[in-house]
Amino acid sequence: MTDDDTGSDAEQLLRTLAPQVLGAIIRRFGDFASAEDAVQEALLAAAMQWPEQGVPAHPKAWLIQVASRRMTDHVRREIARRRRETVVFEDRQHDLAPSADRDAATVHDDTLILLFMCAHPALSEHATIALTLRAVGGLTTAEIASAFLVPESTMAQRISRAKQAIRKSGVPFSLPGHAERAERLTAVLHVLYLIFSEGYVSSAGAMLTRADLATEAIRLTRAVQHLLPQDPEVAGLLALMLLTDERRDARTGESGELIPLAEQDRGRWHHEAIAEGLALISATLSRGAVGPYQLQAAIAALHDEAPRAQDTDWPQILALYGLLERMTPNPMITLNRAIAAAMVEGPVAGLAIVDPLDTDTRLGGHYRLDAVRAHLFEMAGDLETARGHYLAAAGKTASIPERNYLTTKAASVAERLAGP
Amino acid sequence: MKFMMMMHAPRAGWKEAGIGTWPPDDIRAHIAFMLRFNQELTEQGVLVDAHGLALPDEARVVRAAPKSGEPIVTDGPFAESKEFLAGYWIIDVESAEQAYAFAARASAAPGKGGEPMSIPIEVRQVMSRPPEDL
Repeated sequence: MTDDDTGSDAEQLLRTLAPQVLGAIIRRFGDFASAEDAVQEALLAAAMQWPEQGVPAHPKAWLIQVASRRMTDHVRREIARRRRETVVFEDRQHDLAPSADRDAATVHDDTLILLFMCAHPALSEHATIALTLRAVGGLTTAEIASAFLVPESTMAQRISRAKQAIRKSGVPFSLPGHAERAERLTAVLHVLYLIFSEGYVSSAGAMLTRADLATEAIRLTRAVQHLLPQDPEVAGLLALMLLTDERRDARTGESGELIPLAEQDRGRWHHEAIAEGLALISATLSRGAVGPYQLQAAIAALHDEAPRAQDTDWPQILALYGLLERMTPNPMITLNRAIAAAMVEGPVAGLAIVDPLDTDTRLGGHYRLDAVRAHLFEMAGDLETARGHYLAAAGKTASIPERNYLTTKAASVAERLAGP
Repeated sequence: MKFMMMMHAPRAGWKEAGIGTWPPDDIRAHIAFMLRFNQELTEQGVLVDAHGLALPDEARVVRAAPKSGEPIVTDGPFAESKEFLAGYWIIDVESAEQAYAFAARASAAPGKGGEPMSIPIEVRQVMSRPPEDL
C-alpha cells in the first residue's frame, strides 16, 4: 500500500465519522454553529496526528472527546464573557458523563438527526443544500462554493445564515416525532435528489470544474439507506441515482455535447451500477408501498435494461409514467408521458397530451415544452414546425449544452428540409 | 490586470440567419472551438470567470417605480440596441495587448463553412482597488 492510499483511507474514515461526531456534539451541547467549529478542530487535529501516530483504536471516541474538550473550552470562554450562562453550563456538564462510544443505534440517530436538521422547514432550498453538504457530507466551504460556482465568501455567508436560522427557530436537536418524521424524511430525500440533479445536469456544463455532486449525493443517500434499510423510498432514490448516474460517460460527446438516450453508446454505461440499482429496485418494489422515487427508478431501470434503444419497453414505461402522474401530478411528468405515448401510439397521441400544457402556469412556457413538441413534430415528419420549436426551445433554455444540442437539432432538421 | 471580454451577437434574425441556420457540422465545430478556447484560458492560468448568457428571448429590463421602488419589468434587451451580449470572459493578464490577443482568438471562432467569424469582442478593463500609496 502506498502513502497515498493510507492518506485517502484516513480521509475517507474522517468523512464518514464527521457527521456522527457532529451529531453527538450537537446533541450534548445544543449549539450548531460552535459544535461545527469544535468538530472541525477535532478533524484537523486528527488529520495532523493520525498519519504520524497511527489511527487510534476508537477513532470516533477520540474525535468526540477532542471536540467535546474544544466545546467545553468554548463554553467556558462564553461563560467568562457572560456570567449568567453558568447555570446552563452546569446543566450540560451532566450530559458529558456518558462515555464517548455508545451503542450503534444512538450513532445512527445522530447522523439522521443531522440530516433532518439540515432539511429544516425554515431554510431555503439553497441553504439546505449547502448546509447538508457541509454538515453531513463533510465538504469544505471552498468545495461547495466551487461546485455551485459562487465565491467562497458568499457560500460561507449562506451557510452561516442557515445555522442562524436553525438556532432562531428554536427547534431542538432531536429526532422529530413519528408524525413529523415522514414529512421531514421526504424533505431530506428531496435535498439529496436536488444535490444529485445539480451534479448530473452540470456534469455536461461548459466549465467542467465542479466538484462531483452526483457522486456525493449517491454517497449520502447510501448512508441514509444504511440507516433506514426498510424505507422503500430511500431505496428507490438510491436506485434512481445509480440507474441514472451510470450513463454519465455516455451522455456527453468529445466536445461536451449532449447525447440523447436513444443515441448513447450503451457499451459505455456502467454495468456494475446498473446491476446494483436493478437489484435494489426489484427487491424494493416487491415489498409494496410504492412511491414516486421507486417509480422513477423503475423507469430508469427499463431504459437501462434495453440492450438497444429500439428494445426499450415503452408500453411499460408509459404505464409507469401514468402511475407517477396520478401519484404526483406535475407537468414535467406529463411531458415525459407524452414522449412515452408517442413511442407506443405514435406522435399524434403524444402531441395530444402536450397540448393542454400550454395553459399550465407551473410550466410557464418552459423550454422543455418546445423541445418535446419539436421532437414529436420531427417524429411526425413535420420538419418545418419541428425546426421552429427546436429554435424556440434553444432561445429559452439556460443550459449551454442543452442549447447547443437544440440548435444542432434545428440545423439537422433544416438540412433534411433542404433535401439531399 | 483584469479584463472583461464581451462577445456580442447581432440581435436581429438569429433564428433566420444565426447559428441555427448553419449546417450541423459547422455548429459542432464552433462549439468545440469555444470549449477548447475556455480550456486553454484555464490551462494558461488566466481565466477568472466565463459565462454564456441565455438568449435575449427571456431577457427583461427592470426599473424601480419612482415612489414605491417596486420593480417595473419590461421585455428586454433595450429596444434600441442592435446587438446583445451573448457571453463574457474575465481574464487576468499582464497587459492590454495580451487581452487583445485573446480577444482576437475568440473573435476568429469558426462560423458557417468553417470561416472565421470576426465576432466583435468588446474589451474593457475591470476596475481595481486603488494602489497602496494612494
